Amino acid sequence: MAAIEARGITKRFDGGGGAAVDGIDLASTDGEFLVLLGPSGCGKTTLLRMIGGLEPPTAGDILIGGRVVTDLPPRARHIAMVFQSYALYPHMTVFNNIAFPLQAAKLPKETQKQKVGWASGILGIDHLLDRKPRQLSGGQRQRVALARALVREPNVFLLDEPLSNLDAQRRASARDELQQFQRRVGTTTLYVTHDQVEAMGMGDRIAVMDQGRIRQVGTPLEIYDDPADTFVATFLGSPPMNLIPDGASGLLFGFRPEHFVPASDATGDDAVRFPFHVHRTEYLGAERLLYGAVGETRTIARFPANADLPIHVGATSEFAVRRRDLKRFDRETGLRRDQIRGIG
Amino acid sequence: MAAPVYRASLPDANELARERRRARLRRFGGRSVLYSAASFFTLFAALPFAWMLLTVFKQNADLYDPNHNPFLYNSPPTLDNVRLLFEQTQYATFIRNTVFVSVFVVVITLVATVPAAYSLTRLAGRWGESLGIAIFLVYLIPPTLLFIPLSRVVAELGVRNSWWAMVVVYPSFTIPFCTWLLMGFFKSIPWDIEEQAMIDGYSRLGAIWRTVLPVSIPGLLTVVVFSLALTLHEFVYALAFVTSSAEKTISIGVTTELIRGDVYFWQSLMAAAAIVAIPVAILYNLFLDRFIAGFTLGAVKG
Ligand SMILES: Nc1ncnc2c1ncn2[C@@H]1O[C@H](COP(=O)(O)OP(=O)(O)O)[C@@H](O)[C@H]1O
Ligand SMILES: [Mg+2]
Repeated sequence: MAAIEARGITKRFDGGGGAAVDGIDLASTDGEFLVLLGPSGCGKTTLLRMIGGLEPPTAGDILIGGRVVTDLPPRARHIAMVFQSYALYPHMTVFNNIAFPLQAAKLPKETQKQKVGWASGILGIDHLLDRKPRQLSGGQRQRVALARALVREPNVFLLDEPLSNLDAQRRASARDELQQFQRRVGTTTLYVTHDQVEAMGMGDRIAVMDQGRIRQVGTPLEIYDDPADTFVATFLGSPPMNLIPDGASGLLFGFRPEHFVPASDATGDDAVRFPFHVHRTEYLGAERLLYGAVGETRTIARFPANADLPIHVGATSEFAVRRRDLKRFDRETGLRRDQIRGIG
Repeated sequence: MAAPVYRASLPDANELARERRRARLRRFGGRSVLYSAASFFTLFAALPFAWMLLTVFKQNADLYDPNHNPFLYNSPPTLDNVRLLFEQTQYATFIRNTVFVSVFVVVITLVATVPAAYSLTRLAGRWGESLGIAIFLVYLIPPTLLFIPLSRVVAELGVRNSWWAMVVVYPSFTIPFCTWLLMGFFKSIPWDIEEQAMIDGYSRLGAIWRTVLPVSIPGLLTVVVFSLALTLHEFVYALAFVTSSAEKTISIGVTTELIRGDVYFWQSLMAAAAIVAIPVAILYNLFLDRFIAGFTLGAVKG
């Protein structure tokens, strides 16, 4: 039984052209950390809000725990949501913020106290309970918001870019904490982000979205190694996958920069060769990037920094990609034309 | 400001001392300008009150002699004027009526404006803003135009010549003004906390009650203060709809009963004004900070 499921869910805003969310089917498995990844404005927040019951869908159904909840108000869905802003109640202490869902459920005072103690213990904010939200740092606010989500032991966590308000340093450690936290409590989580590093690092599975549609669902490995279309191929990975038009087949050849190596290093005869004209090299500490072109198409190759390369800027040399690292895409639709794994 | 001068050598001690002295002087100068401005405005605002209080206890002979200094008691102070106010007019009744009218008007205003402002900011979409402005425009129609049609309303409701007439009519200007004021407030409150409260287990009404209203207390106070002030100083409707002394409020009661033909009972008039002004002033001062916060917020965002 899926903890969260969307069936043909669609949202059109009044007077807003096309659909913000366009017929999405998506199901999480129980206890998984599912990441919704996509560029800004692709409809992630809208989808999350429909699952939370804050936005009525134009069409389709939402199921939580196998039950259709499309017409139920948010309070009847028994979910917890963490907003991008954390949405702490400014007029309440941290204790009352965390206890708020318990008050709503009319639990006895003693139980409330005990549960707030438990949740704030897990997140290490016991010492902040008497403060007001404005006296907290960004990271502390995030923990309070998480504690408030945790305290009612919901069916599902919905998190909307919860790390985007933190500075870059805090973000890396918060990513780690958040994932460990989810593993420990084991609650099914739908996590929205536009940051591929967050998605790859945290997700059990990733659903890649673009323009209101799901492009691919799969484990980080599947999404990275076997992108279902050119959007996914270029949205993930930094630098992104190279896409070279192939004259003979009329297809696009796609390969990751780290799979693009001098022909002399590509052993066996299953390699596809390309003449690579190098314009520029970039040295990034741990790795080295070669910027250049295959024919007219900009192409990038990536090597470990210590790799010994007989390459000269301005020269053209023979490079190759192993056949199994080469993906084929339709030039018109962008869809994969060879066998792939992990399409959702 | 002079352009900064960059020296190659270090400035000597003398120069540093001079620099410091100049800075101190500048600070002192800034301070004195600030304080003299503040003193001036304090005086400007307080002087009429002081004069009013002094006048209350003056004897007629003292007050009407143009050779007397108006800020000194040339004859001994007297309580006769206050006695006249309470014994020869129904001043206590005026106060009672005013309090009743104010309480009713404030409550009606709150009950009407909170849902109105909320729905206009949150639920009415892009029409909300224009509707809010349209409602505010109603406030700008002067009572001198409106009292004629409203007198029909008052008559139909059977509240002519009763302070209930004011309870019925005053919300017609407090509600538009305060709706517009509150809209500014609600706009400044993030949606998030309300939606969060709905996720956390409350209905929309429950969420509003527990998050939006507590956060907008400065706004609600501003509404109370404004509807109170508008009610206290309203004159035209009160004059038009009420004639019997027992139903009058202070604003018309004292002016109609203490100005008899061309005889002004100045000291009693002043006493009547001071007795209501002082408690109101104290009340406002208690909430001054929140009131200012509320007013500026409403003003900027509205
Ligand atoms: N309340 C709304 N009214 C009209 N259009 C909206 C509203 N909310 C979002 N949209 C539009 O829907 C699209 C998706 O928005 P959103 O779900 O916020 O994207 P994301 O969270 O992926 O950045 C955007 O084009 C946005 O402009
Ligand atoms: Mg978003």
